[in-house]
Amino acid sequence: MTSVLGNVSLKFSDEQSMLMDVARGFLNDKAPTDKIREFLESDQGYEPQLWEEIVNLGWTGIALPEMVGGAGLGISAVIPVAEAMGHALLGTPLIDTTLAGQLLLRAGGAEQEPLLQEIAEGRIATVAFLDGGDWGGANLALTMTTEGVLSGSKTFVGCGHEASLILVVGQCDNAPAIAVVDAADLKAGAISVNTLIDLTKRTAQIDFTGVPAKAVLTGEHVVAAIRDYRLLGALLTAAEAAGSAARCLAVIVDYLKTRKQFGKLIGSYQALKHPTVDIYCGVEDARSFCYHAASLLDADSLSHDAEIACRMAKVSAGQTMSYAGDRAVQFHGGIGFTWDCDSTLFIRRGQWSHQVFGDAIHHRKRLASLLLD
Amino acid sequence: MAESKETLKAFQADVAAWMKEHVPADPGFLLPLSFLEVGTEQQLDFLRAWQHKVWEAGFLGMHWPTEYGGQGADPAYQGIVDREMARCNAPIMFNTIGLGWTGPLLLEMGTDAEKSKYLKHILSGDEIWCQGFSEPDHGSDLGAVQTKAVRDGDEYVINGSKIWTTLGNYADHMILLARTDPTAERKYDGLSFFLSPMKVAGVDAVPIRKVTGEYGFNQVFFTDTRIPADTLMVGEGKGWGVAMKTLEYERGVTAGQATGHWMVAIEIDDLINDLRGFERDGAPVFDDPAVRDEAVGLIMEAKALSLSARRMGVPALTSDFPMGLPLSSKYRGTEWSRRMKLFGAAMQGAQGSLYVEDPNAHRGGFWQRAYFSNFGATIGGGTSQVQANIIAEHVLGLPK
Repeated sequence: MTSVLGNVSLKFSDEQSMLMDVARGFLNDKAPTDKIREFLESDQGYEPQLWEEIVNLGWTGIALPEMVGGAGLGISAVIPVAEAMGHALLGTPLIDTTLAGQLLLRAGGAEQEPLLQEIAEGRIATVAFLDGGDWGGANLALTMTTEGVLSGSKTFVGCGHEASLILVVGQCDNAPAIAVVDAADLKAGAISVNTLIDLTKRTAQIDFTGVPAKAVLTGEHVVAAIRDYRLLGALLTAAEAAGSAARCLAVIVDYLKTRKQFGKLIGSYQALKHPTVDIYCGVEDARSFCYHAASLLDADSLSHDAEIACRMAKVSAGQTMSYAGDRAVQFHGGIGFTWDCDSTLFIRRGQWSHQVFGDAIHHRKRLASLLLD
Repeated sequence: MAESKETLKAFQADVAAWMKEHVPADPGFLLPLSFLEVGTEQQLDFLRAWQHKVWEAGFLGMHWPTEYGGQGADPAYQGIVDREMARCNAPIMFNTIGLGWTGPLLLEMGTDAEKSKYLKHILSGDEIWCQGFSEPDHGSDLGAVQTKAVRDGDEYVINGSKIWTTLGNYADHMILLARTDPTAERKYDGLSFFLSPMKVAGVDAVPIRKVTGEYGFNQVFFTDTRIPADTLMVGEGKGWGVAMKTLEYERGVTAGQATGHWMVAIEIDDLINDLRGFERDGAPVFDDPAVRDEAVGLIMEAKALSLSARRMGVPALTSDFPMGLPLSSKYRGTEWSRRMKLFGAAMQGAQGSLYVEDPNAHRGGFWQRAYFSNFGATIGGGTSQVQANIIAEHVLGLPK
């Protein structure tokens, strides 16, 4: 009888290792926290020049095939980069653009290759998926005609205010479909930007009614690609959250080692020590699940094992980051309650990571079916 | 020396075949779940005979030197034997304090004379070992032990008491941590480590009954007990370092154990498969969403433990906290195991109120006993709370 533990492989390639070193080094230099803070209230939420450098480093093409100008390393190689981005608390359109690239790669045929090339070269792309607040819903309310005219709106579109290429999930002839939309074709006033809990992130509500699509993708592989997009979105978010949680842990530990009360360093009190150990253990688990999931990914549609791994990674990292951010505020005491303390950034990131691509309950419910039925 | 995959595979087949032929049938009396619960002569005789048989077959101490009764082979071989024993539900190797802690300690720090005198008998099961660290007033704070050892000619005179002494009433030897210098400035510098005989005058082992209803622990009283001075290991005042090294073996931080098969391994699959037989609200137990969610949490923890073990082999993924995964494995593993066994007991409805002796208890009260018994693991060898301190201080660098 097979074990309920299923596949427990964990591989880490030289390419992943190299990307991890490069990303950590680059972001340490270029994205210190004061730099992150400087752009929190800008339109984009990040330093434009930094995004240019990220594109020049080739990060938007890591997961895309070489024939469209990518590095051909697959989505698993993006995990260490997403983790490093999370560690730096850096937003940017990298995750949205990467996911849009995966959706187009998996759903589109050869005729989409020029667009994939543009994504690899740094064209900002995103996926318009949610109809409302329910990550578990079908999110197919938006309709499109076979001629490619859209009707309906989407919300919480990542980087929706600046994406130049938008893949809109909806239905065509009562079947799931994806419209490829050039943002230049949107009507004036179609975009309204959300005010998000995480100051480093940006999403928008977009009205697509009457917008002509460049292409409409339909068929079996579109259904599979949308499923993969949701799972890969959960995994990249998990990797990012794992990085943020590790950084949050470092900040908590640092404070516990320097702050004195009642004549003692507060880190010597077990009431603070033991929850900090729980955060540490959570970070280790989240990383294990993320890199385990990365070991199971390739260009094919995600396997049963990969689905389980992505969902577990999201549960683990989401819960850990949410808890770490919560404790960061509490353990910093009065100063932790202030805007200027970095715990503000962490608790807000925690609430973002927790929900995006489905919260822990969403994934645990699905894991129960995958593991027990 | 790395062994070829083919060689190891062939060996595994040999072990599997041997186990199939020799693993004893259910003896008709309750066997202990771990070496911590050997409480009757009947259990002791049975387990001693089984260990002896496994050793004679050449399957114990595979990587210990041949001159001391081992097989002088690669450690991978013992891993294979241990996995096969677990797979066949083979009875445990009960002489754990010898096999797992004292043996590797002697191999690392002992003199040739000590190795020759003790190691082979540990493997054969002829001589049983126990550990004299904890005292009634000093459990977690091991550095404060008060049992005295006073030099008198060629002997030391021991006075004091040790507690939670597993196998203490059957043991031939004890690894004993005692205070030779009560005036030492640092309490640790007053401690010495002895390979102390147990079958001598002035040693009295009194069995302690556990929460499970079983025996296995003892309180050991030393009253003017005279032991040979050459049982002192390393040197007077050096006991703390030796004790810490012992704890590394006990906690599995350092490898070298003659076997790891010292408890009945209870895995997540045992739990999930077993619970499928129970009902809730007139339907299978796993139709209940709340039960499903709890089960998913336990499965995820089990998977995380498996994945950490694999990740320890990937340096690039452990460089942030190099000692983090090994130092947290006892804490994580034993706490998860306790919760899992509790779930097994708690999901039985009214059946969960029956205990081992009741003829209608599910699998002889297996989950109930396993849950209680697991506290031996979350308390022994440093409580979970002390483990959390160790992780906080040694992995995260938080102050004492």
